Amino acid sequence: MTHVGLEHYLVVSALLFALGLLGVITRRNLLVMYMSLELMLNSANLALVSFSRFNDNLNGQVMVFFIITVAAAEVAVGLALIVALYRKRQSAHVEDLTSMKY
Amino acid sequence: MGLPDILFYVFAALTLLCGVLVVANPFGRNPITSAMFLVLTIISMAGLFVLLHAFFLAAVQVLVYAGAVMVLFLFVIMLLDLKEEERRKIKLTGLIAGLASVGAIVVIFVRSLLATNPGKGLAEPQKVGDTATLGKILFTNYLLPFEIVSILLLVAMVGVILLSKKDLK
Amino acid sequence: MKYEVLPWVILFLPLVAAGIITLFTLKNEKVSATLSVGAIVVGFLATVLCFRAFRFSPQEFTTNWLDLGTLQVDFGLRLDPLSLMMLLIVTGVGSLIHIYSIGYMKGDPAFSRFFACLSLFTFSMLGIVLANNFLQMFIFWELVGVSSYLLIGFWFEKASAADAAKKAFITNRLGDFGFILGILMIFAIVGSLSFTTIEGEYTKAPLHPLGGISSIGEDSNAISVWGLSIAGLLIFCGAVGKSAQFPLHVWLPDAMEGPTPVSALIHAATMVAAGVYMLCRVFFIFTAFDLTVIAWIGGFTALLAALIAVQQNDIKRILAYSTLSQLGYMVMGVGLAAPEAGMFHLTTHAFFKALLFLGAGSVIHAMHHEQDIWKMGALAKKMPVTYWTFMVGTLALAGIWPMSGFFSKDAILAAAHHHSAPLFVLGVSVAALTTFYMFRLVFVAFLGSERTHEAGHAHESPGVMVWPLRILAVASIVGGVIGVEALFGGMFKPNAEHAHGLSAQLVYPFKHAPVAACSGLAAFAVGLFAAWKLYANAKTDPLPAKLGWLSRAMASRFYFDEIYEATVIRAHDLIATIADWIDRWIVEGFCLGLVRGGTDLTGRALRLVQTGNLQTYAFLFVLGVAVVLWFVLGK
Repeated sequence: MTHVGLEHYLVVSALLFALGLLGVITRRNLLVMYMSLELMLNSANLALVSFSRFNDNLNGQVMVFFIITVAAAEVAVGLALIVALYRKRQSAHVEDLTSMKY
Repeated sequence: MGLPDILFYVFAALTLLCGVLVVANPFGRNPITSAMFLVLTIISMAGLFVLLHAFFLAAVQVLVYAGAVMVLFLFVIMLLDLKEEERRKIKLTGLIAGLASVGAIVVIFVRSLLATNPGKGLAEPQKVGDTATLGKILFTNYLLPFEIVSILLLVAMVGVILLSKKDLK
Repeated sequence: MKYEVLPWVILFLPLVAAGIITLFTLKNEKVSATLSVGAIVVGFLATVLCFRAFRFSPQEFTTNWLDLGTLQVDFGLRLDPLSLMMLLIVTGVGSLIHIYSIGYMKGDPAFSRFFACLSLFTFSMLGIVLANNFLQMFIFWELVGVSSYLLIGFWFEKASAADAAKKAFITNRLGDFGFILGILMIFAIVGSLSFTTIEGEYTKAPLHPLGGISSIGEDSNAISVWGLSIAGLLIFCGAVGKSAQFPLHVWLPDAMEGPTPVSALIHAATMVAAGVYMLCRVFFIFTAFDLTVIAWIGGFTALLAALIAVQQNDIKRILAYSTLSQLGYMVMGVGLAAPEAGMFHLTTHAFFKALLFLGAGSVIHAMHHEQDIWKMGALAKKMPVTYWTFMVGTLALAGIWPMSGFFSKDAILAAAHHHSAPLFVLGVSVAALTTFYMFRLVFVAFLGSERTHEAGHAHESPGVMVWPLRILAVASIVGGVIGVEALFGGMFKPNAEHAHGLSAQLVYPFKHAPVAACSGLAAFAVGLFAAWKLYANAKTDPLPAKLGWLSRAMASRFYFDEIYEATVIRAHDLIATIADWIDRWIVEGFCLGLVRGGTDLTGRALRLVQTGNLQTYAFLFVLGVAVVLWFVLGK
């Protein structure tokens, strides 16, 4: 194993992103989909922090700070939406939510 | 190979493993399990942040993400009181197509990454990740986004309250 | 006194009147009539002023209208003896007919519309007379066609009137097609549409001994006489259509469906004369071949129409065929290289034919719109003024000395005698026939005993209708000796001698061309005698018994309408059916169907993407991202 460099962190970030993406496409429970979405956000955070570290630039970390904040707000609103949707449709299964079909 | 490198590999492996377990859960299709594993993923990522000298962010990650966001998730899961997700037929074509496209993205990423050769030659800088410096930048250069984000949180709060009312009069 | 503004006033005042009547005063009959009559009377007075000012110095007033590089077209008004004389006729005779219409159309519900159409017609006709280039003349030519359509079909509720209007317009269109082809050819030869420029180009060309040009341009790129002949013939097509020469003569008799003032104005005095006027205006473009064709077509039309008129029983139809015949005379005059004779006859014909039509209108008005001469009789005693003016008109038309018709007809006969013996014989025979059928009309309708109840109770028409008759009668008598021939002669043949002064003009025909003059008088005598023999106290028409099939053919107008119906109309219907089939099946069915079906299919295919399933959308999203990344990050 070589000395850990930027590309190692970036590979981890890429794999994490792919995992999150897979979860979004494959899982059919709304909540698990949403959690995979959070996973993707986290991978982006990791990438930003590693770039910030290896370029000696604190702007990356500031951006991560904001991303975490916004993600928190987004989760709150999104979960409220899911709750409202569940109340209406009595199902959290994404295949039941196809009323926008042509 | 020093301790930081070993620690990196440990945390990286942990993150990826928990990530997989979030998505493809062999212990049952309960979303609670996915949530728990997501918490573990977040904590391992906090460890990675520490290795990258982003101490403040690591703390924030644990506090906000693991402490608040995931708790919120768990609240909602409990609220919705989902039974075990019924075993619906897994659409094989969908699965294969999804795996293929995601795999393609990963392959493109990794190949372009290895081709550009980023890491060799970049030395580790001296002063990075100091909380004080971060705070200074946050309150001088990025003051406006800071304030706007606070308003954003207010707006989100109002929106959530409105959305989750039982009947909207 | 600014004479320059007068031509514009003359031209545009009727248009303004028509516009105001149409937009504002359709309900108010008095104001409409006043506006319309006022416009043309003012035009007449202005024309008299212009005549005095510009008679000896032709002028053009132009403004630049179209400027497209190689094509320069002006909007111009040309005043020379030809157009001034024509203006006097149009405005003078037109004014009298406008005044007459006030009486004739009284009580008609569409009174104001009539005057609006009359004013529009006046504007269009004045435009033709005053035009100084082909394009402007063509535009007003078409406008005249439209106005005559509106006026012939004035009582459009009657199907026959609407059909007649359509027939007139379409037949005119056929002539106009040839006309515009001719204009295009001339533009290609000369490069300009203005009459003065074209005349300049053509007069540089050598002349044929019998009249007309023989070639144009330098030797290397001289345009041969055949090209010029074809251009001339195509221009003549316009006159064939508008002046109802054979073979496009079929519209004029049917056009009698319009009110009688319309027949008088349009189909006696002005519109049909527009063709002859145009021929005289561009006389310089015709080659010898063209002139021969023109003369023979004119002569043939004259003979054909006269024969048909012999057996017609509707008073207006007789006069219509008489007009056709006289138009043939005028065209023949132009074709015999004597345009001044043609224009002279046009002028005198305007007077007496308008008089005859207005007189016929007076009779029809008195007989409560009965037009069959065999239902009239002994009207001379009941309607004396109408009778005497009608008699004056008949004598003028038949051509007895010293009426105006004698001088003008003699001018044409003299030209025929000079140029071509067959045409001379034809002209003399037509003169005899003319006298014959006109006196047939007079004997049957005015003299003899009354044949029906209405004839017994007819009475003279009101003053507003009778005074124009009187004025026109005076014009018919003196029209031959007021110097009209000298005026035209001065324009077209400045080197020949012309008579001046009253006594000189009275005996001029006998001195100048005695054979023609005496033959004309002899023809008159023959026709009068024959008519008197057959119709003086006839109860019914004796000719069908004597002439059998010939009489039937004459009465059926030599079956021209039927021939056209069977050939031209059938061919036209066939082409229309084919075009309809192509449009329905190929254009609409195939091409549009292709587009419609294609769009439909594509829409349906694309619709399948909208599954409503969130994960499908996410998957497509990922696919797109993968493609983009592949392109951005390299292979």
